[in-house]
Amino acid sequence: MNIHEYQAKDLFRDAGLTVPPGGIATTVEEALSLARGLGLPVMVKSQVLAGGRGKAGGVKFCKTEDDVRTHAGNILGMDIKGHTVRKVLVTPAETIAAEFYLGMLVDRASRRVLLMASAEGGVEIEKVAVEKPEAILKHAIDPRFGLLDHEAMAVALRLDPDVKRARQLADAMQKLYKAFLAADASLAEINPFIFTDQGVGKAIDAKINLDDNALFRHPGFAALRDLDEENPSERMAREADLSFVKLDGNVGCLVNGAGLAMATMDLVQYYGGRPANFLDIGGSSNPDKVVNALRIILGDPNVEVILFNIFGGITRCDDVARGIIAATERMEIKVPIVVRLTGTNEAEARELLAKTDLVGAATMDEAVQKALELAGK
Amino acid sequence: MAIFCTDQTKILIQGITGRDGSFHAKSMLGYGTNIVAGVTPGRGGQTFEGKVPVFDTVKDAVAATGAEASVIFVPPAGAAGAVFEAADAGCKLVVCITEGVPTLDMVKVMPYLAERGVRLVGPNCPGFINPGQKAKLGIMPTNIVAPGPVGLISRSGTLTYEVVDALTRAGLGQTTCLGIGGDPVIGTNFMDALQAFHADPATQALVMIGEIGGDAEERAADFVKANMKIPVVSFIAGRTAPPGKRMGHAGAIVSGGAGTAAEKKKALESAGIPVADRPADVVPLLQQIWKR
Repeated sequence: MNIHEYQAKDLFRDAGLTVPPGGIATTVEEALSLARGLGLPVMVKSQVLAGGRGKAGGVKFCKTEDDVRTHAGNILGMDIKGHTVRKVLVTPAETIAAEFYLGMLVDRASRRVLLMASAEGGVEIEKVAVEKPEAILKHAIDPRFGLLDHEAMAVALRLDPDVKRARQLADAMQKLYKAFLAADASLAEINPFIFTDQGVGKAIDAKINLDDNALFRHPGFAALRDLDEENPSERMAREADLSFVKLDGNVGCLVNGAGLAMATMDLVQYYGGRPANFLDIGGSSNPDKVVNALRIILGDPNVEVILFNIFGGITRCDDVARGIIAATERMEIKVPIVVRLTGTNEAEARELLAKTDLVGAATMDEAVQKALELAGK
Repeated sequence: MAIFCTDQTKILIQGITGRDGSFHAKSMLGYGTNIVAGVTPGRGGQTFEGKVPVFDTVKDAVAATGAEASVIFVPPAGAAGAVFEAADAGCKLVVCITEGVPTLDMVKVMPYLAERGVRLVGPNCPGFINPGQKAKLGIMPTNIVAPGPVGLISRSGTLTYEVVDALTRAGLGQTTCLGIGGDPVIGTNFMDALQAFHADPATQALVMIGEIGGDAEERAADFVKANMKIPVVSFIAGRTAPPGKRMGHAGAIVSGGAGTAAEKKKALESAGIPVADRPADVVPLLQQIWKR
């Protein structure tokens, strides 16, 4: 789960990081009153769950109240990479004497939390990673001891030889780690961490991605979820406990297992079609789950055919077939349905399907080809 | 032979009386797996299926039966705790099937396992099956496997079964079919599994089923190129996956333009490993390059 900058800043504050004050506005009037309260100049920053907000014109410096009016007016309602801006963060504009990148993520290779730091702050770190990888310092944190003082200081001094600033950077790294652990994050970034003209270090931007698997131990995070940012079908899927990603094709896919679901999408494309979604229905033959999945997929008007690809494995195919048949009988479905079932009791399953309007297929390839023939008919 | 265990390895199951644990324990027993004990706190003294003694703790189970390996079917919140317990009790092989384990829990577990020389498979994986030894440590269907010379490594479950099924139908049996799991932090990764297969003389060909996210396939490609003489073929799932979206598996996400199927295919092919366009092409591709 991803959260907004202003929400991440709250988590940073809880961990003791220095973050400038600010408030959230959903109208120009609210933005103005926040700007008056904070004192000009201010920054007006779009709050959407997308990167590249600055480049898209979603982050503006405002010297006067007129600037606030103009920019807040432009930014609210703006589209950034398909996300509509519904709120802006109004925060004091800082004088920037130096800026740095500080980030942490779970590193698959070292199986640890990896600290990444760079003096190339304020720019896209992915770009730095490609063009100037040596400019990113890395340190894999031992989970038994955390980020030790001397480890943080060693990285900090390479970022900035000034010892006073290095101490602040090291302190920020340790607090970032504290925030990372406290939130069960998968990624946490300060880009940039700045020093003002007076030498005060501050996190003026914030990003945190949360580990979905750990949300159960953070009941408070449910309130951070921005339902406006979620595609309605993805929200329905989450509430039905189905793993689903919406795509823009016309072949609705219901598959058991994430790897097979991806491979099925790929195969649809291989044969010249376009998948409408990723959906892992899991190993269950429960008709309720199938009904929920079908509702979500059929909510998309682009869907012209439904493709079930189930590898039975331990689950019995005749059970799954009964589940699919029961589910399709409970709802009115106008598009053709192709079902590929293989594994234990697949012959029985095919007999059951033969008595219905559902189109059976023996292999993945056959199922995809049949689905593409039927799409739009 | 095969990798990770033999027909003599004594296996226990943590969570044997739970819904998933009992279901899969029966299937493992039915296959002939050498299960010597089960563990469920509060159920010590009971017997599972009339033959497997159940203990309150892994330590008790190990003391009474000499169990050396554990398969874990414990809900996500307790999964890391179960891995710690198995390692502490002296199990040298731990297979964690549980899906949905918080990533930082696994980060914490790793140094503890390394210090004790414990191999972890998973979490969020189907485990593995050695058809020649009738040893199944996990949830793979037994009716699609057969003993033979092909090793298989995968990050997936059902997609693995798809390919294993095709291998068996083509008369190509397996030494070990291993699902390493779809999470970002896992115990045995592609590279560890490759090294194990490399050391197993019975494995004469290898299939690698990868997917988007991370760079495990790229690193595996380097290892294969530098060390392995046997034929290796691959398939990568997720060519059509949009960036930034988690495709079911927590680890299956293209981030910052890295971890794409195209990059992985390129790395594998430049290491001389053919990559199948479709799951159905894996077996023909292997037959093509395998000069027996």
